[in-house]
Amino acid sequence: MKSIWRVLRKELRETLRDRRSLFTTLIIGPLLMPALIGTVIFMAIRHSGAASTGPITLTVAHAERAPRLLDFLRQYQVRVRPVNADRARARRLVERQQGPLLYVPREFGTRLAAGKPAPLRLYADESDRSVQGKVERLSTLIGLYGGTIARLRLVARGLDPQLLVPIALHPIDTSTPQSRAALTLGMLSYAIVFTMLMSGLYIAIDTTAGERERGSLEPLLTVPVEREHLVYGKMLAACVMMFVSLVLTVAAFAVTLRHIGLARLGMSANFGPGVAAGIVLGCLPLIPAGAALMTLVASYTRSYREAQTYVGLVLLVPTLPLIFASILGLQPRAALMAVPSLSQHFIIMSLLRGEPLPSGYVVISAGVSLALGAVLVYLAGRLYRRERLLG
Amino acid sequence: MIEARALIKRFGTLTAVDGVSLRAADGRVTGLLGPNGAGKSTTLRILYTVLTPDGGEAWIDGASVLAQPLEARRRMGVLPHGAGVYPNLTARENIEYFGALHGLPRTARRARAAELIARLEMEPFADRPAKGFSQGERVKTALARALVHQPRNVLLDEPTNGLDVMAVRTLRRLLGELRDEGHCILFSSHVMQEVAALCDDVIVIAGGRVVVQAGPDELKARAGTASLEEAFVRLIDPDGAGGGP
Repeated sequence: MKSIWRVLRKELRETLRDRRSLFTTLIIGPLLMPALIGTVIFMAIRHSGAASTGPITLTVAHAERAPRLLDFLRQYQVRVRPVNADRARARRLVERQQGPLLYVPREFGTRLAAGKPAPLRLYADESDRSVQGKVERLSTLIGLYGGTIARLRLVARGLDPQLLVPIALHPIDTSTPQSRAALTLGMLSYAIVFTMLMSGLYIAIDTTAGERERGSLEPLLTVPVEREHLVYGKMLAACVMMFVSLVLTVAAFAVTLRHIGLARLGMSANFGPGVAAGIVLGCLPLIPAGAALMTLVASYTRSYREAQTYVGLVLLVPTLPLIFASILGLQPRAALMAVPSLSQHFIIMSLLRGEPLPSGYVVISAGVSLALGAVLVYLAGRLYRRERLLG
Repeated sequence: MIEARALIKRFGTLTAVDGVSLRAADGRVTGLLGPNGAGKSTTLRILYTVLTPDGGEAWIDGASVLAQPLEARRRMGVLPHGAGVYPNLTARENIEYFGALHGLPRTARRARAAELIARLEMEPFADRPAKGFSQGERVKTALARALVHQPRNVLLDEPTNGLDVMAVRTLRRLLGELRDEGHCILFSSHVMQEVAALCDDVIVIAGGRVVVQAGPDELKARAGTASLEEAFVRLIDPDGAGGGP
């Protein structure tokens, strides 16, 4: 037992001195990833948020031809900016500047007065997503204005305006704010699991391939310590690094997402300290399995470089179920909770959605992950007894 | 004391060690001499419990390397081929880590590391990370690491490989001192002068078999020549098939 502790301490001390691996483990993963994902979400919010609620600036050519319409639009946060332009110039203006331009043709007033469809031209570059939102809002507003005129015309002719509304369709959005946010946050569980595994990579590789390449494996095997204990100490060190990185990543996500203010998107990502602690606890049982898996794979390689390649590939295995789950829209089931890493994904998502899983599911997830970990740890220990390890 | 009886080790179809029996006594330096690929390293690796033999048995001070490997490891210090150290630890920390793995308490391993650093003249680099060490500095660190638990038996695999003259002299002096203190020292080499300068006993090994075990003078007498090198060549290649003068 004492020797496991001594190996653990030495491995951590060495890792803390290796700036490169420390940088990858504690900075790149846990801090950069949340910042990156946070920025993406933030940009998405800014874009759609501006279009759906903020004021719109509308350039209008020949504003004097439709004063009432423009008064109506001004009531709905549309800033009207009149310009002098003919149709050709209007087109050029739209190409040069962002934002839509409304061109009021000469016959607008007369046709309106005559009860004929009055033409309006709305120029906009719809390849810009923010402009798309504005155009949608303007169309709705102008449609609303037209509807009011239509109803007034019917009333003036003694007809019930309801004649124009044969069907009343009410679309009802059943998504809760949390479930809408979860779609965007789907990549979050992937990032957490992947970063956690990555952080154990260096020590796991070092345990076999690294020691062998440096020529320090053989002296290590001549100390009077059971070989299993040497591996256990090293895997424990990898587990500690993975745990630290997991806590950092989750904390960084909690802070980033809180600052972004998902509520503006109509989402309320539920990411308080309680949920963060739940995510850490949910992922904890996966740590030993991850450390042992990487150690096992690395032991079959001939050099540090080769180990990096293979272990990097193997890291994709635990993260594949997450991608499938997102694409197929898998829902938690007892059988699926027996798949390590997928079950952690479900736990993270359920915590973020604020829809707790049955406690039996959580027990299955922890139980299977830990059992797999125990088997892999045992195998890694056995492996250290083999002569072939020396390469 | 190190004893081996009829050791056999096969790698696939190759028999690297083919019935090696040997004996290295306390208070003597025993050299394992042989050409490259003769089975020196494999024999040593069986003795220091990293390889399991396919046949035969060996004992370190009476502890069987097969039945009581931990006991056997406690009784020996090993300098394997290559002498890898941990690059992010200092020389001192490398030594103390092995002290810890040998179960030495903190104060004991500190004192022992300091003692070895002085004895091997390692002060100038003792507290630098091993990352930038020269081959000589690495070997000294690895040697101090092997001696941290004051083992009665010391096994060294080609210890002078890549060392400069000064480092070789330090090593020779140290091995001489250890012998005078009553340690049993077994080292492998393919360099004749080294063996001649250091060894009380020579075990000549070729093709996985022990050709002869004797003192340097006896060796020369047996081969009927005044030069040890000539004796060595005649012993490993008695028919002179490999050419020569």
